[in-house]
Amino acid sequence: MTYLRPRRLAGLLAGAAALLAADAASAYTVYVSNEKGNSISVIDSATLEVKQTVKVGRRPRGITMSPDGKAVYVCASDDHAVQVIDPTTLKVLRKLKSGPDPELFALHPTGNPLYIANEDDNQVTVLDVEANKVIAQVPVGTEPEGMAVSPDGGTLVATSETTNMAHFIETRTNKIIGNVLVDARPRFAEFSADGKRLWVSAEVGGTVAVIDPQTRQIIRKIDFKIPGVSRESIQPVGVRLTRDGKRAFVALGPANRVAVVNAETFEVEKYLLVGQRVWQLALTPDEKLLFTTNGNSNDVSVIDVPELKVVKSIKVGSAPWGVVVSPQ
Amino acid sequence: MLTRVVRLLLPAALLAAAPLCPIPGLRPAQAQQPADAAAPAEANPTAEAKPLEIRIGLITRAVPPPPLYDLLAVPEDEAVAGAELALKDNSTTGRFTGQSFALETTTLAEDEDPADAARALAAKGTRLLIVNLPGAELLKVADAVKDKGAVIFNVGAPDDALRAQDCRADVFHVAPSRAMLTDALVQFLASKRWSKLFLITGPQPADALYAEALRRSAKKFGLKIVADKPWTFGPLGRERSDSITRSDALVFSRGVDADVIVVADEANDFGNYIPFRTFEPRLVTGTQGLTASTWHPAQDAWGSAQLQSRFLRSASRTMRPADYQAWVAARMIGEAATRTRSADPATLAAFLRTPDFSLAAFKGVPVSIRPWDQQLRQPLLIAQPLGIVSVAPEEGFLHQRTPLDTLGTDQGESRCRLK
Repeated sequence: MTYLRPRRLAGLLAGAAALLAADAASAYTVYVSNEKGNSISVIDSATLEVKQTVKVGRRPRGITMSPDGKAVYVCASDDHAVQVIDPTTLKVLRKLKSGPDPELFALHPTGNPLYIANEDDNQVTVLDVEANKVIAQVPVGTEPEGMAVSPDGGTLVATSETTNMAHFIETRTNKIIGNVLVDARPRFAEFSADGKRLWVSAEVGGTVAVIDPQTRQIIRKIDFKIPGVSRESIQPVGVRLTRDGKRAFVALGPANRVAVVNAETFEVEKYLLVGQRVWQLALTPDEKLLFTTNGNSNDVSVIDVPELKVVKSIKVGSAPWGVVVSPQ
Repeated sequence: MLTRVVRLLLPAALLAAAPLCPIPGLRPAQAQQPADAAAPAEANPTAEAKPLEIRIGLITRAVPPPPLYDLLAVPEDEAVAGAELALKDNSTTGRFTGQSFALETTTLAEDEDPADAARALAAKGTRLLIVNLPGAELLKVADAVKDKGAVIFNVGAPDDALRAQDCRADVFHVAPSRAMLTDALVQFLASKRWSKLFLITGPQPADALYAEALRRSAKKFGLKIVADKPWTFGPLGRERSDSITRSDALVFSRGVDADVIVVADEANDFGNYIPFRTFEPRLVTGTQGLTASTWHPAQDAWGSAQLQSRFLRSASRTMRPADYQAWVAARMIGEAATRTRSADPATLAAFLRTPDFSLAAFKGVPVSIRPWDQQLRQPLLIAQPLGIVSVAPEEGFLHQRTPLDTLGTDQGESRCRLK
């Protein structure tokens, strides 16, 4: 079940044991959406075991949590709805009007509204999650997917996969204020904690563009080179940054690796071998662990962030897609 | 001659509200050009510049009406529906870049000359031509607009000669060559270690070309053709009158020690008649059975579910390889127009030839142009009628440039001299 080379395994297991002993106090809950399993796998970050598997709507992809930790939001793409799940009972509380084919979304830092990419309709739906009311629909490029809200809540970024742009939308007016052309098939956008940098991955282009959101200029394009891995199979998708702005993690899809990038110099420091077709990433709030969804090996890899080592792989449902960690 | 023009008008408000920021990495001249467009719209509300129009022509031929019993008749709008969808995709992007796209489709009747159609389009200033015609007619089009600065996108002709002795500097090949199709199939057979092939070749000239490509692929990847026979029992699939020749056709396949039968029947006259009618149990591949193609209705990996559903919604049918090829051609034009901010065919063609050009084409890896013969390098789907079996290039087939170049004619062996 594991894809790590055997001679490495013993060391990693020892590492995992030490880690578990040291970190038993901070237990978060990790929620993984299984695109083909139509379910959510619920993982305990202390034991690194699946506690429960919950049935949800069809083709669950994007998943996020309210800042207060009281609601899990899941895009049930083929049900054309966003489902709200109670994290304590794990019951589906309500269905939100997401617009057709919701794929990925971002929550305003205050917890409302929710910005949803409607992949089939070339638009972003702005939804009041309390009232379950659509506030606005913003036309964007073809196949919007990546969504990010700036930490101050003022700017929403949507990436369109076929138009190859990051669209900047002012949240006050829900109007597009600028567009940045990036490489082919932008999948994901992530702001730095200080809001001064925006990272956009281009899956088919094989690059990550680091953009200054003020000037909307690309500051740097990051390339990835892995010995023995073909250029074409390096397909960046999920990006996560540490709060101090010093480090970035980039999931490289069928290259089966997570790149560790120095977020100040933009140099790639290391490639960590994880499961197959790694797409999305989530850090624990204490930034000690990083979880990766590996869609083709049906598992989640756990990375020890201070050590930069893969410590475990956890079997989850079919085709894991998104992942979110509880704030507490 | 039937013509149809599609032009998508864009809401001016959207255009004004969406300045595109200059892109680092573009050549200075190009980066400076949109300086006006990048100014905040609010600051200069009257500066709603007329969008740059990119005009695309599509030349195709009317499909003869199918017999009533034809289960999988070629739809009337084959290829056209693909180009029209790409026009929508391009226009969505154009809203943000100040470009608009128009598509004029000319559907030729049986006796009409494609050269006339091409000249008529060029005279109207439409010099980006997507051509969905057989090889000989493609060359007629190329000759007709040779001095008009036109750029041609071949989406219908697989002939290897068009990429070799008959290659042209103003023609890009989006359709895969026969060599690519047979290399893809043979790679798959090699990866399964099904190395003994029984080749059955139909009577048409195209069948002979397919068989020739297959023989070359077998040699290239070390498979053996243990029997090589012509099909002499007529177009059974088309005539539906197989009773007389049934026994002959059955005996025809007896006693050949092969792993698979490969049929060369591009006209679809008999290939579907062979599976399950052979003496020994034999898998069938080639132009029927397990085939290599650019697209398939069962394809849903790498986000292609989105393209499939967009196509289904706009055309009310599933996407066929010719539709996909026309979509890719029109998207190549769109991508080149976005990146160069130009509508000039020569500028777009120059960009497509550079390593900077690549397109996300729902195949998991970017597709691009081979500079030596202007063939689109692309993965090919190995599929049976209702399912994808594999994707070529197969794992383990390596190339110093990209595994995609294990399919088709490589630089060193190319006989193309672009002019």
